[in-house]
Amino acid sequence: MANSKRMLKGAEIVWECLVREGVETVFGYPGGAILPVYDALANYSDRIHHVLVRHEQGAAHMADGYSRASGKVGVAMATSGPGAVNLITGMATAMMDSSPMVCITGQVPTNVLGSDAFQETDITGATLPVTKHSYLVMEVDSLANVIREAFYIARTGRPGPVLIDIPKDVQNDVTEFEYPTDPIDLPGYHPPEKATDEEVAAVLELINGADRPLVLSGHGVLMSGARDALIAIIEKADIPVTTTLLGNDSLPHSHPLNLGMMGMHGNASANHAIQGADLIIACGMRFDDRVTGKLKTYSPNSRKIHIDIDASELNKNVRVDVAINADLATVLAQIKPGVKQRKRAEWLKTIQAWQEDATQRDVLQLESETLLGAQVIRSICENIPDDALIVTDVGQHQMLEAQYYSHEQPHTLITSGGLGTMGFGFPAAIGASFHRADREIWAIVGDGGFQMTLQELGTAVQEQANVKIAIINNGYLGMVRQWQQMFYNAHYAETPISSPDYMKLAEAYGVPGYRVDRREDIEPTLKGARRHKGPVLIEFVVEQHEMVYPMVPAGADLHKMIRRPHPEETSV
Amino acid sequence: MKQVLVALVEDKPGVLNRIASLFRRRNFNIESIVAGHSETPGTSRITIATDEEEHLRRNIIRHNLLKLINVIDVVDVTDRPCVIREQALIKVRANGSIRGEVGDLVKIYRARIVDVSTASLIVEVTGEPDKIDSLIEVLTPFGVVEIMRTGKVAMIRGAVNSSDQEEVIRWKNGNGRNHKQAKK
Repeated sequence: MANSKRMLKGAEIVWECLVREGVETVFGYPGGAILPVYDALANYSDRIHHVLVRHEQGAAHMADGYSRASGKVGVAMATSGPGAVNLITGMATAMMDSSPMVCITGQVPTNVLGSDAFQETDITGATLPVTKHSYLVMEVDSLANVIREAFYIARTGRPGPVLIDIPKDVQNDVTEFEYPTDPIDLPGYHPPEKATDEEVAAVLELINGADRPLVLSGHGVLMSGARDALIAIIEKADIPVTTTLLGNDSLPHSHPLNLGMMGMHGNASANHAIQGADLIIACGMRFDDRVTGKLKTYSPNSRKIHIDIDASELNKNVRVDVAINADLATVLAQIKPGVKQRKRAEWLKTIQAWQEDATQRDVLQLESETLLGAQVIRSICENIPDDALIVTDVGQHQMLEAQYYSHEQPHTLITSGGLGTMGFGFPAAIGASFHRADREIWAIVGDGGFQMTLQELGTAVQEQANVKIAIINNGYLGMVRQWQQMFYNAHYAETPISSPDYMKLAEAYGVPGYRVDRREDIEPTLKGARRHKGPVLIEFVVEQHEMVYPMVPAGADLHKMIRRPHPEETSV
Repeated sequence: MKQVLVALVEDKPGVLNRIASLFRRRNFNIESIVAGHSETPGTSRITIATDEEEHLRRNIIRHNLLKLINVIDVVDVTDRPCVIREQALIKVRANGSIRGEVGDLVKIYRARIVDVSTASLIVEVTGEPDKIDSLIEVLTPFGVVEIMRTGKVAMIRGAVNSSDQEEVIRWKNGNGRNHKQAKK
């Protein structure tokens, strides 16, 4: 039965193929040009759950969040024109963070394509820079193969979003459907696999000969499943590790060799280690400007090894000595046997001195009258299980999370890194909740970002998504305010922002709501909120002028960090 | 300037747009781009001339092009022995009295006169871009009405297919995509 030929409409083929790809959840919003596909959904709703979002941007972020939580390809669906265009922010976010996603959009019928028909947008054209690949399906006979290719492209190599644009008449056209089983034939697409023997030898020579080596661990460590191999290597060779934002959960925080996050708001010790290292081993990261600071003075005395699945990232920002274009897990397995067991006590002692210097100014120790974002985040960390999933938005709270939340397990953090998309966190958390309903999920968001996509409360309630929302409300677009304070003479142009009465908002949506403005109330409130299944909203009213330290100003030398002033010098 | 990349691409709608868009958004400059069918049905070969002089930067362009799903291969022929040719049509103001003079110059450049009217003629010339520049220069005093240049096409010398040559080198270096495996 499974592979017997049947006459099916294009719309039915869409669902048939999604079922074969193992899709269980689709996030979408119906509309004129995608109506045939929605009409056909009824016959597949026993196998695929469709989540009705409140705005297509939410659908894209949910598909992204689902994908990052599950490791599967997330699927978003929208109609033509405005529906499709609303997906773009989500596609751009997924593109920058290498998140596998397939977006399916309706399009005006082929006979009016290009005529500025009602709700027509050239969405394959508009999304060219923010998709890994895209398809405009002009005949129904190619539809099944296009969908199969799209999923393959989205999840392999360096993953990313793929768009499939389907004109309405193609959705209605009928063809003999047989699920293709022949191997996928893409002559221009061959994800790289392993390193050559020469490359392995070159890497081993550098690692075994280095006195002050340092691993930079990025998102690729998690995506390629290289975490265990990496831990084995660093333990064998006593090599410290610093992580990127998206690699923050790529190594247990409590691991003695973990120096924490690098870069603009990274740990001072990690940045000093980068500048002082004699060997950088960059694994699945891309030397973003937020982690390198000024390139001219970046890690000036080190040899560099860069392993990445995307060849175009090699030698792009930082020139390296050995560039390996391959799957990270495979490469690490190749080099592991040759890595010499060795202690590097002197190097670690140097780093330890930097670390001790940093702890002196820990904001958690500060006495303050008002609640601090860092304290809230630390409390959340201490009160929820290790396997809980944290999804953050973008801004100060995101950096505080990166600094004060200890991720012990892999895949416990989802955040918009490369694009820095405000409004991402809450919908992404909803999307993630469809992977495992029993998992504890916290959306930690700012008052600015939450207000960008808070309409998805409707989705969360309708689906009873198990998401706890922690709004870190400081009444400002805090990170922008921080830049204004530091670099624009404290001229707070358009950064003070009002909020609705979040308790009334929670009530209006039928969600339990809590407000916390004292330190002693944090823990009891968290305990109370955790007892509820389904969405819960907590507003933490925090200090308005809190700053995120340390900070490397954009384009400055990585080791020249602005540090938190000593408590004696000034209050927070 | 002869920084030239030769790409083998799938003959599918929008491929040229994807390539041009990539150059634009990555802030690389295209001097000329020429596309046409290749020796293999279903594929086209595209010659892209750029002013990017640094090899590492060109390599980034190359890898970005390779990232496009429909791009099968890209070879940087800049530092290879290769034939680079361009064609141009040059319309020159020329009445009866000076036609002979133009005709003599055209012969020196091994160009041809392909159209004659009472007041003008069209010269067709093929060759290295420098040669075309030079011909235009000597024709300019007569009055050049219009120039149409095709942009550069390039091919590596010797009995190798541009793409295969690259494959051998890549195979030796072990860098990039493993074509031998991919092609089965």
